[in-house]
Amino acid sequence: MINVAQLSLSKGGRRLLDSISFQLTPGEVVAVIGANGAGKSSLLKVVSGEWGLQEGELSYDGEPVQGICKQDLAKRRAVMPQASPMSFPFKAWEVVALGRTPFGLNNAKRERAIALDRLELTGTEHLAERHYTALSGGEKQRVQLARVLNQLLSSQAKHRYLFLDECTASLDPSHQHQVFQRVRALTSEGIGVLAIVHDIHLAAQYADRVLILKDGALLDAGPVKSCLTPQAMVEAFALHTHRLSHPEAEWPLLVPRKNPLVAPQPVPFKSADVATG
Amino acid sequence: MTTRLFTTLIGLLLTLALMTALAFGPVPVSLRELGIWSLHWSPMTLPELPRHIDIVLGDIRLPRVLMGLMIGASLAMAGAAIQGLFRNPLADPGLIGVSSGAALAALAVIVLGNTVLAGFMATFGFLALPFAAFLGALLVTWVIYSIARMTPGGSQVTTLILAGVAITAFSGAVSGLLTYLADDAELRSFTFWSMGSLASVTWRDLAIAAPWMGVSLIGFPLMAGALNVMLMGESVADHLGIDPNRIRRRVFVLTALAVGAGVSVAGMIGFVGLVVPHLVRLALGPDHRALIPLSGLVGAALLVWADILARLLVAPAELPIGIITALLGGPFFLYLLMRQTTEGIQHD
Repeated sequence: MINVAQLSLSKGGRRLLDSISFQLTPGEVVAVIGANGAGKSSLLKVVSGEWGLQEGELSYDGEPVQGICKQDLAKRRAVMPQASPMSFPFKAWEVVALGRTPFGLNNAKRERAIALDRLELTGTEHLAERHYTALSGGEKQRVQLARVLNQLLSSQAKHRYLFLDECTASLDPSHQHQVFQRVRALTSEGIGVLAIVHDIHLAAQYADRVLILKDGALLDAGPVKSCLTPQAMVEAFALHTHRLSHPEAEWPLLVPRKNPLVAPQPVPFKSADVATG
Repeated sequence: MTTRLFTTLIGLLLTLALMTALAFGPVPVSLRELGIWSLHWSPMTLPELPRHIDIVLGDIRLPRVLMGLMIGASLAMAGAAIQGLFRNPLADPGLIGVSSGAALAALAVIVLGNTVLAGFMATFGFLALPFAAFLGALLVTWVIYSIARMTPGGSQVTTLILAGVAITAFSGAVSGLLTYLADDAELRSFTFWSMGSLASVTWRDLAIAAPWMGVSLIGFPLMAGALNVMLMGESVADHLGIDPNRIRRRVFVLTALAVGAGVSVAGMIGFVGLVVPHLVRLALGPDHRALIPLSGLVGAALLVWADILARLLVAPAELPIGIITALLGGPFFLYLLMRQTTEGIQHD
């Protein structure tokens, strides 16, 4: 379990994170949502150990993060970035093979075989011999996911964690779902996932819990069903929505109102009449 | 092309270069004599060589060839590592000003060694020159990197090269000022520093410079795995358990060692670090585990060949070797720039 308690962060005189506390349990998907500049990426950078801890507590399975060296940390968690540009023409499988860096690389033949397996997991095995630089944005992201899976799945650690930083932003809807289904499947192997998600519906469909951030502080945290409400959308994004129910599933659908940026007028008597009738 | 085929080809080219470099020159040496000389350490009974051939080969040509090998290898490896670190195929210790920083520091020691820098000379003795060159190189590498980090978007090629131009111009100007304080002999060496030459290399030079370069020749290949990861950015390196700050510091120090030692013996030899890694990357791809050692091999071969040309083109006079490498490297650099603008290679 990752335990975050009273975590705060300031940079250049600005308070980016303000006493945030939550826990991430192996086997669950937690979505982080919030407006631009709410502190989502900063939170991810601190919790994943990329940025040093300034204030508060952060522990991985009871061990304070300060006591875990970078290589050990890399055996316990992987991070999927927003985009990963590269100016040198590695082949896709070579990029994936780099995911095993923390575990020491074997001979090329074996690394290639492992990499091909991982590429298959993200449906990109046909890209293996292509140059990474020549792939489309969506293809790059799926190859990067294979690289991240290569890191996570090579680890023998008891508890492992995956951080996703808006990694589906450049993907088409079908590939977005493909990535999240893949990520969802990881939870059955005891991997805990913390994902920054911009698309509320993706969060609603794939997350167990959500953390809603506003101005660096935790606005609300809890199960998807009770947290993703029109009220929360107004507080977090100043966005006015209708809550609809999904025809086949439990999760909430929050659909922007006709004029979502302006608070709705009080409901006139007539339409209430229609609704009850 | 497979790594094995490429290595074999370069190995052949290098062997041929060594034989040519030893055999050709004002004193002709036959292949038979070369063969006898190269076996004279063995217990075989061989015919005696004329004394002057022994001296020409052992005391004049051999240290020069060995120095060429080491400088070529370490400059090429430094180029490969710096390009990886900056994530930019146009970075080169010469282009970004590192060599000129080393040359300026070395020149300062030569001209001011008896006056302002007497204390420095007294402290470091015969190591003062390479050490000063090392410090100069290290300082410039650090300045360039800080500038690159300050610009939004990181190591933008234009920023790097313009900063390199500025630093080279500035070092050149200060070097020019220093020449007013220099006597005739020191003045002659000014051309030497700015264009590079292996002409005066002795066993003593080799003994002083080789250990510094040796460290970089061993150190750079050890950075290969980490540099591969660094190509995906410093964040990703961190996520994969590699401390980018540590890698950066090591590459800086190794580069400064390679460039500083090279410059202190042979002056500024440009473009080796740009051209060689690029050629190897074209043939074998960007994996630093092959790129760095093979760049070393190609760099060694290239510099020995360049030195042969420098000696033979205008014989009995000699060209500075930097002229040869710049003749090859200048057009090549323009070609790279053009390719980069037309193909729009990505930089982050």
